Amino acid sequence: MLLLVNSACGFIFGWGLLISGMVKPEKVLDFLDIFGIWDPSLGVVMAAALAVSSAGFWFAAHRQPPPAPQPGSTKRSIDGPLVVGSALFGVGWGLVGLCPGPAIVNLATLSPQVIVFVVAVGGGMALHNAWQRRQLPEPSKSVPTAMDG
Amino acid sequence: MANFTPLTAAIGGALIGLAAALLMLLTGRVAGISGILGGCLAPGSTDKEWRLAFLIGMILAPLSATLVGYNLIKPQMPSSFVVIGVAGLLVGFGSRLGGGCTSGHGICGVARLSPRSITATAVFMATAILAVGFTRHILGG
Repeated sequence: MLLLVNSACGFIFGWGLLISGMVKPEKVLDFLDIFGIWDPSLGVVMAAALAVSSAGFWFAAHRQPPPAPQPGSTKRSIDGPLVVGSALFGVGWGLVGLCPGPAIVNLATLSPQVIVFVVAVGGGMALHNAWQRRQLPEPSKSVPTAMDG
Repeated sequence: MANFTPLTAAIGGALIGLAAALLMLLTGRVAGISGILGGCLAPGSTDKEWRLAFLIGMILAPLSATLVGYNLIKPQMPSSFVVIGVAGLLVGFGSRLGGGCTSGHGICGVARLSPRSITATAVFMATAILAVGFTRHILGG
């Protein structure tokens, strides 16, 4: 039953990406292209998403009993990995106009380019996990699966 | 701004926000796609089922849309598989190192007013703008 809830959330998320046009890389790139013919659509998508999700998160935080603390929302400091990782992510995002969400939705088109992109994303994640395991001391070999989101 | 589509952007964005809110309210989880995908691929992670269920739901969205007349169009991508591969590696590695992507940091984290997520979003927006500026206006692609 809970799995169905997760699928339903993914389904709604996917429809949101579809309707908003964010599955189209050129629409994302036109937003990022502030030196060209700027398309503010992605800004509207984020504003609308933030308006609805912040209301939901407010309810989640204030209901009784309070929700169990989430793994990942514990880290508070702004550190090097956060900034460097986000910078690298932005370069990749800007090169093709796809981030993980729209890439997953676009798998349905069976586009070879999208499949290669998603495989490379998985490769990059595996590379990160392997690299992080080498950094960690012996006893804790498990890699946190989600730090913030 | 001839390509600006505010109405569909607002409706679609609201649905994305609704999905993130419902996932948090009903399961207590963050709808960060890179985190969900990363947890699916991480060896030894014990909670793959809900992640897979979420991702399958996402792929079912465009497939169900074809039933109401939506055309599944292959997205416009760079012709070079090398560029696509490098971009994918950067997106995968960077999102894990930074702890999130456009959905986890950009929507869920900013909605919680997390300083980490606001910083991450500002940084990836800035480098993405620079990457697009470079490829479109300096290389002239």
